[in-house]
Amino acid sequence: MLWLLVFYIVALVLLLMTSLWQQDVFTAEIVRHWTLSNYDKLFTGQGGLWLRIYGRTVLLATIVTLIDIALAFPLAWFMARIVSPKWRTLMFLAVVVPLWSSILVRIFAWRTILGGQGLLNQFLVDTGLLSHGSSAFLYNDRAIAITWAYVWLPFMILPLFTALEKIPHSYLEASRDLGAGALTTFRRVILPLAFPGVVAGSIFVFSLTMGDFVAPQLVGGGSQVLGGAIKDRFGVAADFPFGAALASLTLVTLVVFLTITRRTGALENV
Amino acid sequence: MTSSRAERWIFGGTSALVLVFLYLPLGLIVLYAFNKTNINSWPFPGFSTQWFDKLLHDPVPKEAAWLSIRIALASTALALLLGTSMAFAFARYRFFGREVVNFTVTLPIILPGVITGVALASFFLFTNTELSTRTVIIGHTTFCIVLVFNNVLARLRRLSPSFEEASRDLGASGLQTFRYVTLPSIRTALIAGALLSLALSFDEIAVTFFLAGADTTTLPLWILGAFRNSQSLPEVNAVATVILLISLPVIALATYLMREEGGTRIIEE
Repeated sequence: MLWLLVFYIVALVLLLMTSLWQQDVFTAEIVRHWTLSNYDKLFTGQGGLWLRIYGRTVLLATIVTLIDIALAFPLAWFMARIVSPKWRTLMFLAVVVPLWSSILVRIFAWRTILGGQGLLNQFLVDTGLLSHGSSAFLYNDRAIAITWAYVWLPFMILPLFTALEKIPHSYLEASRDLGAGALTTFRRVILPLAFPGVVAGSIFVFSLTMGDFVAPQLVGGGSQVLGGAIKDRFGVAADFPFGAALASLTLVTLVVFLTITRRTGALENV
Repeated sequence: MTSSRAERWIFGGTSALVLVFLYLPLGLIVLYAFNKTNINSWPFPGFSTQWFDKLLHDPVPKEAAWLSIRIALASTALALLLGTSMAFAFARYRFFGREVVNFTVTLPIILPGVITGVALASFFLFTNTELSTRTVIIGHTTFCIVLVFNNVLARLRRLSPSFEEASRDLGASGLQTFRYVTLPSIRTALIAGALLSLALSFDEIAVTFFLAGADTTTLPLWILGAFRNSQSLPEVNAVATVILLISLPVIALATYLMREEGGTRIIEE
């Protein structure tokens, strides 16, 4: 009955093991000979290129998570506390619908928006802010960040909404009756109670960002991210052991992140 | 609800902007499906339905879609079986390492698809298994199980065991109790879990990418390939529009079922 669980764990263990093996340069066969050389290359090789890719991805994932918290909070609050129940269901649907349409096409849509002949450029030219279309919006890290923030946003809104919906109204009234201003109520009452939702959403957004290779491929510039680097090792570059080492680093990062956040109890609601 | 007028306007306004952000790309996808040319530029070049015509007569995306549907059905069927039995084991029995298992079982959903993909790819490489449709199904099943498991477990935890005890006390056999008492009470959770896993499997790209055999072109893999060919860009938009149209009633149903359950369990994604 738990065979698939075992199956998955075995696969993860094999991934870690593969990262400690070598690949024969000539035959591309994997040699089961234990070595740390993949990790040596990862941490010190090519002038720290791989560590820079890792650092950039972590930074991007953090920025994307923060953007999504900022965007999701007002909407989740409006949905959970202000609108009528009928509107709440409608808005809930509105947040869920994008999740069900092809993620690839949604990512690609940003190429249409940010491109040289795209909507954004035309808008800026029409309003006189730019004299002609600029190519500065697409094919760079900023474009990747915007696209990621867009595709993962529902994953932040939904847990935040669940957390905010659960706050009893009497708590807010009590806070006001005791003389707290709106800001104090937000900081001392709402924020601590919404925290598990923020954490749950952040786990999804951060983790999805750390592994994605589609958005960088479609809207990013030449610079690599972790997901793309892993994909290439298992694809065109065909260096499975090194790819496994990169994937293991991602895995360890996320498990550490999860273990820390688990203490907050956020995953209980997930 | 006592919210001041200012509060309403500030949050309402911001929410409207966020919703525009969510829907602008979707609107563009649908709009460009009706593009007259194959260049996705603004202002909109002109209206035509030629891409839907092309789609109607193009067997490749249809075959890809059919393959994706079969994979989604197979993975969901497996996930229903395994996920439900796992949920029962968790709800009914305490066993050694239960908490650790509980943590690991959510990993396929929380970890990005690329990890699941390369881990299973290493596994199949190690066991010398040739990549095929079957390996994709195994990959999809690992995360679909979690969706079913979470939904059913949440329901079982709220279900009082006294119903089943009463059924047994009244002389019903184990099978009868399951058929007439347990199954009806977890039915909506099963449907919700199944819908989620169908949808996720159908749209899955990261895991599929590493596990697909040479002839396993699922719809997302076809779409990814079509992006490289600028001739067929609006056709991809047409495909996405068709998918959106088909999934709208399904979303409505799934949302209804999940709201019914009292929680927003969609977040298992």
